[in-house]
Amino acid sequence: MCIKRVPAVAGRITLTDGDRAIDARYLGFTIGPHEECGVEEAVRLIEAHSGESVVLTLGPAEATEQLRDAMALGITRAIHLVTDGEEWDGQSAAAAIVDAVRADEATQGPFDLILLGNEAADSGGYQVGVRIGRALGRPAVAGIKGLAVAEGKVRCEQEAAGGRDVYEVPLPAVVSVLEGINLPRYPSVPGRIRAKSKPIAPSSPERPEQRLAMIRLVVPQVAATEAVILGHGPDAAPAVVDMLASLGVL
Amino acid sequence: MGSVLCLVTAAEGAADEVSLQALAAASALAAGGAVHALVIGEAGAAAAGAAAHELGAWGATQVHVATHPSLTSFAPDAWARILADLADTLGVAAVVGPGSDAGNTVLARVAARLDLPFAANCTQVVPGDTVVVTRSRWGGSLLEEAAINATRAILTTQPHAVAKTSTGGSAAVATFAPTLDDADLAVRVVGHVDAAKAGVSLAEAKIVISGGRGVGSTDGFAPIEELAGLLGAAVGCSRAVTISGWRPHTDQVGQTGTKIAPDLYIACGISGATQHMAGVKGAKKILAINKDHEAPIMTGADYAVIGDLATVVPAISAEIKRRRG
Amino acid sequence: MASFPSSAKVVIIGAGIVGNSIAYHLANLGWKDIVQIDKGPLPNPGGSTGHASNFLYLADHNKEMAELTLESARQYQDWDVYTMCGGLEVARSQERLNELRRKVDSSKNWGINSRMVTPAEIKALVPFINEEILVGGFYSPEVGVCDSLQFGTLCREKAEAMGALQSFAMTEVTAMGVEDGRIKTVTTNRGVIEAEYVIIACGVWAPLLAEMAGAYIPLTPVVHQMADYGPVPLFEKSSKAIGYPIVRDMDVLMYERQDGIGFEVGSYAHRSILHDPETIPSNEAAALSPTEFPFTQDDFDPQLEDALELFPEILGDEKVGQKYAINGLIALTPDGMPVLGETPEVKGLWAAAAVWVKEGPAVGKAVAEWMVHGEPSIDLNQSDISRFHAHQKTRKHTKARAFEAFPKTYGIVHPAEQYLSDRPLRKTPMYDWQKAHDAEFFEVAGWERAQWYKCNAPLVKKYGVQTRPNEWDARWWSPIINAEHLAMREAAGIFDLSAFAIFDILGVGALASVQGVAMRQMDVAVGKVVYTPVLSETGGFKSDLTIMRLAKNHFRVVTGGAHGMADLKWFKDNLAPMASIVDLTTAYTTIGVWGPRARDIVQSLTRADMSHKAFPFGTCRDVEMGSQIVLASRISYVGDLGWELYVPMEQGQRLWDELWAAGEQYGLTACGMGVYGTTGRLEKGYRAYGAELDNDYTTAEAGMLPPKIKDADFIGRDAVVRQLEQPLSATCCILTVDDHDSASGEKRYMLGRQPITMPDGTPIEDSKGRRSYANSAGASPSTGKHVLMAYLPPALAVVGTKLAVEYFQEHYPVTVAVAGAGALFDPENLRIRG
Repeated sequence: MCIKRVPAVAGRITLTDGDRAIDARYLGFTIGPHEECGVEEAVRLIEAHSGESVVLTLGPAEATEQLRDAMALGITRAIHLVTDGEEWDGQSAAAAIVDAVRADEATQGPFDLILLGNEAADSGGYQVGVRIGRALGRPAVAGIKGLAVAEGKVRCEQEAAGGRDVYEVPLPAVVSVLEGINLPRYPSVPGRIRAKSKPIAPSSPERPEQRLAMIRLVVPQVAATEAVILGHGPDAAPAVVDMLASLGVL
Repeated sequence: MGSVLCLVTAAEGAADEVSLQALAAASALAAGGAVHALVIGEAGAAAAGAAAHELGAWGATQVHVATHPSLTSFAPDAWARILADLADTLGVAAVVGPGSDAGNTVLARVAARLDLPFAANCTQVVPGDTVVVTRSRWGGSLLEEAAINATRAILTTQPHAVAKTSTGGSAAVATFAPTLDDADLAVRVVGHVDAAKAGVSLAEAKIVISGGRGVGSTDGFAPIEELAGLLGAAVGCSRAVTISGWRPHTDQVGQTGTKIAPDLYIACGISGATQHMAGVKGAKKILAINKDHEAPIMTGADYAVIGDLATVVPAISAEIKRRRG
Repeated sequence: MASFPSSAKVVIIGAGIVGNSIAYHLANLGWKDIVQIDKGPLPNPGGSTGHASNFLYLADHNKEMAELTLESARQYQDWDVYTMCGGLEVARSQERLNELRRKVDSSKNWGINSRMVTPAEIKALVPFINEEILVGGFYSPEVGVCDSLQFGTLCREKAEAMGALQSFAMTEVTAMGVEDGRIKTVTTNRGVIEAEYVIIACGVWAPLLAEMAGAYIPLTPVVHQMADYGPVPLFEKSSKAIGYPIVRDMDVLMYERQDGIGFEVGSYAHRSILHDPETIPSNEAAALSPTEFPFTQDDFDPQLEDALELFPEILGDEKVGQKYAINGLIALTPDGMPVLGETPEVKGLWAAAAVWVKEGPAVGKAVAEWMVHGEPSIDLNQSDISRFHAHQKTRKHTKARAFEAFPKTYGIVHPAEQYLSDRPLRKTPMYDWQKAHDAEFFEVAGWERAQWYKCNAPLVKKYGVQTRPNEWDARWWSPIINAEHLAMREAAGIFDLSAFAIFDILGVGALASVQGVAMRQMDVAVGKVVYTPVLSETGGFKSDLTIMRLAKNHFRVVTGGAHGMADLKWFKDNLAPMASIVDLTTAYTTIGVWGPRARDIVQSLTRADMSHKAFPFGTCRDVEMGSQIVLASRISYVGDLGWELYVPMEQGQRLWDELWAAGEQYGLTACGMGVYGTTGRLEKGYRAYGAELDNDYTTAEAGMLPPKIKDADFIGRDAVVRQLEQPLSATCCILTVDDHDSASGEKRYMLGRQPITMPDGTPIEDSKGRRSYANSAGASPSTGKHVLMAYLPPALAVVGTKLAVEYFQEHYPVTVAVAGAGALFDPENLRIRG
């Protein structure tokens, strides 16, 4: 399962570092919601099918925090591609992950499944999974909200009009999942304690020239909305129902 | 700038809005050069053809319809190959698509095949030797200006960020049969399951009604349940409620609970703590019912009723019942 | 929404527990035109109240804190926002078990119901605890959890219903206007508001608001980590949101409690994480609330294993997860006490900060009373903002002390424990000399003061002073103190009293000023020295101090360093017309020389006549000593012949050297504050402010009533006259400990603040509901006794009455040795007047 350390953005975003990064002093860091679900999915798969789950991140030294968080949830071990904190574009991130996967598989055996979040919470690139699949010659499925592994195949479900479309691809495969595929668990205390002694394998890949190169970040101007007061107390009911009718939800 | 190729997705014989928006971006990028549109469908699919004919009016100067007997369902790698091959054939300077789930995954695969960078969900494109884009990050909370350092720019447009542009023109439509092999069809939709009928899940509900600390107790949710029943809505709650044990954690809406994206969110007795609001960002409209006109929920809401939910909510239910007879 | 007012009687800044409580209580006392503002939204504006764990442990060693907490619990209960679930403090170690015994002792002082419990009893109260790792605990059944947000909302609603309050959320203060030293305006993003009073009640932001007006509220935001685990299957089955006692796992500095279906774990065990008020993010920029900083899991992880060990059934459950975790900001001050009252810098600008939820409602009430009546019903002298000396107002000092104190939040803190950080701050002229003589320095008001001199160690053997076998009794103590005491009584002792606060009151209104504040007659001859109580309006003690009349229109006030700044403000606030006050604390040093040979030593340095006849007790005058003119004042706080000698700071060392040289042949011994503050005064029965003297006791009860109540009016006079018509409820007594043997056979020596009980252990309560406890305790080396001072009801305040003192939950027999005014040693005062 591939994860990415990102600021825990919730309120108004302020920028720093010459408008190239989010000021995260008061935010803390986390992984995106798709990835939270991906970690949960990985843990569930291993609980159901046995085997080993690995969490991988490309990120700064501090990203060990996120690796430990994932291991606290039940992931077996971690691979840390340590960066200096600079962002990597989707292409270079995928290449680094592919190298790491190949290196790991050379000694630890092949992964049946490589999971990712559908898109990183911060950069929203929508590409790392399919690039990994392409590079490794493995089928890559994206936008998945349901997943089942059986008989050497993975069955994936994707939301579609009126229900869900189903994909079925042979293992090994790459699947990018969406939030909602499951309800992630919270880390338990024993899990947290176990995570402390789980191994993290670090390496330091070279960051290539960026081909999707950030120039700067901009906080979009959003006009402050003032709520339309529909009334006070129960007398407001007709106005509320008028509003419901105008929205077409009645 | 040279010519641009744009992927157009269609349903029921009409091109998607988001594709027409992408087409507008492609036109801007082409800056007078040729704008190729590509529609992909099953062999002889009338739907694809029907969609193709209107594209000239939205900026396409040449429309390509790829049909193949194996394309009975969506197959992103096949689509990507068709798009990439056509791009090579045409020698376009850029490949554009809509920033939908399908568009993003197909264009990402095109970039992977061609080993080129990919810029997803652009809100603005500036043509040039190096294409500069403004693109959406953090689900739209932040924008990034980025340069695409490649001879061929591959990008998608953020839905509803670029206006579709009617040019009133027309374009020739050429249908062709792309080359595909089994590997291209390994990933494809092989079936469909219908949505379950029973129960409305929080994450997928079109209307969600939540109660907060102001509800006061487990029993206090009865009027909310009633209104939810009338509207076919799902019932949620704030963290204060799950902590108090009035509702199960699965009902919790917010950063630490379920993040929702309904058409309408009704927040009853919820102050609107940041962690709660983070979970309802996806809601299209928010109605707040709260005693306190200065509660933070008021700044995030579209509509508000100032008052005690215990009396306001039953009054709304009664009004709905009255109107429905 | 109401339009923003342009004027108000009071503007309250802050809508947390404190601001809300003050708003209500001001309204309840009849004030109108109160405007409350907060930069955040309501009902939770994002301050520390919003993330408080909301529980109230009533027991506290500190009387002021215990009273504030008790009163707050009463208010929460009255408004039905209090769940009384009981509270445990559990001990994993014997040392902690002893501390809990001490806590039961303290609880008894303030009438708080508590008792020691065995591991089995703990298990019965909290079935999911692992009692096997415990050696015992402390149980307090009235401990509970309040709903501080709901309480605040009720406060506002009630004040609004009285037509007294308007509250404005999302209203941020940008400036404050001060004119002629008085607060005038508050500028906000909604407009400018004129106000007679402004109260800063905005917790961790308070220093910034004070600075806008040129005042100081010294506190620093500090992180307290909290995490919520759940859902707990046991709690899911329970119908109660809080159905079990709160558990404080004191040895590992943590607490745990049920919170609905969750289990809250809080910690004071992590490193001190300090922030600056400036760096707290806005409501918009904060991820959660401004005072809920991102959780730093690494800091918390080590504590998890401790928590797991105590609650394996809950936290060991793989399905119970960490749902929510924060680094919550709380406010710490340089001395750990709240910051309340009118700022000394700006009239009309009040502070109410560094207050926890467990104290909020009482603080609201007390501050409101203080503003409306001029005096709170709970004595707030330890929380009074005017207590701070200049250095204590600085950011650096505040942070240094907060950094040091944070880990002691649940620590075992000895009553005499010294801060070690940011020292030395204030050095007396004799500091280097004292250091060279191996002084053990204690700190008061920033001053380094010799508590005893290790170079005097040989005196211990000489006088055969007993040591204290128990480590706790002997901590921050030395038998050298008793030896120095005996050396002083045998020959003479020299004391460095530089920490005295000294201020002069001058002008034609000077007499009226001191006369109006001091209880004793101040219209005395020039050259008189008067030791006098200073009373509050209700006739309790505000202070006790000495005033010298140096000239017709010139008085010099000398008071203890610790309380000096508060006394200064009190005199300033009550200055008569045509009088001015000058703080000379750092202009003069004071050297004390006392003992039977004191006159010989002092006389040898001067041609002035120092005989009793020429220089009687209670007088002062300038005398020439070598190359210096010294203000000599013949009084004594150690009960022996001698003088306080005042010289400019820069000449202090010279005078000290000359006295030291002159004293050699007379056996002069350098004595520390252990003698001055404890042994010397106790055997003489001298009361100390903050120990025997506070606003809860009268001069009559303290045995300090002057022979006649002077005719001139003074603050508290009416109250004293009323008090004299009432029968006495209690009398300050000296008790001697008859037997020091504990059950284990070890001799124990009480350190003060222990319950005085009937011989069978029954608490003693007077007719005003006050419990008897040892206000002070210490050795009387001259009599060889260990003595306690305590207030006893009249029936027991009889010499010879046999009672007991409770110490670490054992009872030791004591006997009333002196009832009322009087001394154990030299009761006729022959030495002083010799």
